[in-house]
This record gives sequence, structure tokens and C-alpha cells, in this order.
Amino acid sequence: MDITTLLFLAFAAALLAAAVGVITARNPVHAVLLLVLAFFSAACLWMLLRAEFLAIALVLVYVGAVMVLFLFVVMMLDINIDRLREGFWRHLPLAAVVGVAIALQLAAVLLHGAWQGRRAPGPGIAGVNNIEALGRLMFTDYVYPVQVAGLILLVGMVAAVVLTLRRRKDSKFQRPGDQVRVKRAERVRLVAMPADAEGRQDARR
Amino acid sequence: MVSLSWYLSVGALLFAIGVLGIFLNRRNLIVLLMAIELMLLAVNMNFVAFSHYLGDHHGQVFVFFILTVAAAEAAIGLAILVTLFRNLATINVDELDSLKG
Repeated sequence: MDITTLLFLAFAAALLAAAVGVITARNPVHAVLLLVLAFFSAACLWMLLRAEFLAIALVLVYVGAVMVLFLFVVMMLDINIDRLREGFWRHLPLAAVVGVAIALQLAAVLLHGAWQGRRAPGPGIAGVNNIEALGRLMFTDYVYPVQVAGLILLVGMVAAVVLTLRRRKDSKFQRPGDQVRVKRAERVRLVAMPADAEGRQDARR
Repeated sequence: MVSLSWYLSVGALLFAIGVLGIFLNRRNLIVLLMAIELMLLAVNMNFVAFSHYLGDHHGQVFVFFILTVAAAEAAIGLAILVTLFRNLATINVDELDSLKG
């Protein structure tokens, strides 16, 4: 058994154990931390598959940004955990049936898959490391999809901001619409003053 | 020697765990989102494994796009979750039934 096999077994075991922990953890914070472990193990497995760019992107983007966002939200919300755990064991039989069915179906495909016996078309672009090969693909064949992906991220960002933006009631801010719509009569009041001598003497006194 | 089937098995088990998580945590919206992330990870695992063993880098580009969409999905999902919790003070899926006729 060579070192690659040992590493694969270790990382796969960590990944699956962490995944089981994610769905059974009592505390959502523990679930998020276990999910971080799962992503990290998956990144290590991808390293074994020589997908270095994706492994690093998974750690940086997913663990660094998305999981921290999850952790932030979980810690910000004040959740009653026990009420959410009601019916956890009641759903277990159905869940077990569905899970075993999915595993069996996937195993059937794995054992008799159409990919077996297919000749591997060689190691892609020869003499080029993973990141360079991916970069060549992404900025030649996949230029427009990359731009669409950027647009999706922009729309997602705008949507997240719009959804969670909330004005505080006690904060002071201007309403430009009201400012433009204002009439002269609301701001300036012309008062008729008497201009005769009697009135002037009254004012001097 | 680690073969393609091993990686595909890990992906299959991961996907099954994700589905199990959706069934087990029917009430907790946060854990539902995390189970969806697990299933996406399983799909990505299969893509990367096939990409390596077939010697084709297009699969990895696909994983890149899936990661992009999954990040946007997680951000919007969490934003909806925060808004829901602000308005209803719960993330219990059973109580989010105001669209029910």
C-alpha cells in the first residue's frame, strides 16, 4: 500500500465522518465547523487528484468566505435548538430508505458504468501545470461563461444586500424625493406688516 | 493504487449523506443549506475525479463554475434566512407556511 492510498483513505474517512457529523450535530455551530473540516478534507483529496487550483480555491473561497458567512449567520441568529430537533428520529426510517436507495443506485452505476473500459485520452495539455492549463481553457474556450459567472456573482451580491438592507427607525437621513417636491408655501411665509407711523412707534417702544 | 471507483464511491456516499441530512433535519433551515453544500461537494468530487482519470481539464472548469454558482446560492440563501428570522423569529421550516393556500 503506497503513500497515496494511505492519504486517500485518511482524507476520505475524515471527509465522510465530518459529513455525518454535519447532519447529526446538535449545535449548528459545531455543524458549520464540521463542514469546514469536510471541505478541507475534500480539498486534500483534490490535491491527490492534481487539481491544485480547485483545491486552493475551495479552501480560500469556500472555507474562507462562504463558511465564515455561515458561521456568522449561525452565531447571529438566536435559535432554539431543541425545538428544531423535534422529529429528528421520526424521519430516520424514511431517510435511511432513501439514503440506501441512492447509495445502491449509485453503486449500480459505478459497477456497470459506461465509463469503464473507455480509453483515457491522455493527460490533457502536456507539459503544463494545472493552473496554467485551467487558465488557458478559461480564458479561451470559456471566456463568455467566465463573464456570465462574474455577472452571477454580482447579481448575488446585489440580491444579498437588497434582501438584508434595513433602515433603522431612529437614524436620521434625507429624503431627496420630498426635498424636490417641496412647495414654496411650505417653507416661506409672507407676513403683511403695517407700514404706518403708528406701527413704527409701537415697534420703537 | 487508488482508482477512479474509489473517488466515485466517496462522491456517492457524500451525496447520500447530503440527502439523508435533508430528510433528518427537515425543520432546521441552516442545516438544510449545509446538506445542499455537501451534495454540491459530492458532485464536484465526481467532476474532479473524472477530469483526472480521463485526462481532460474541462471537468475542472465546470467545477469552477459550480463553485461560483454555489457561492452565490449560499449568499442569497443566507440573506433570505436572515430576513426570515428578522420577520418571523424562527427558522423552522414547518412554520414558514405563509404562502400556503
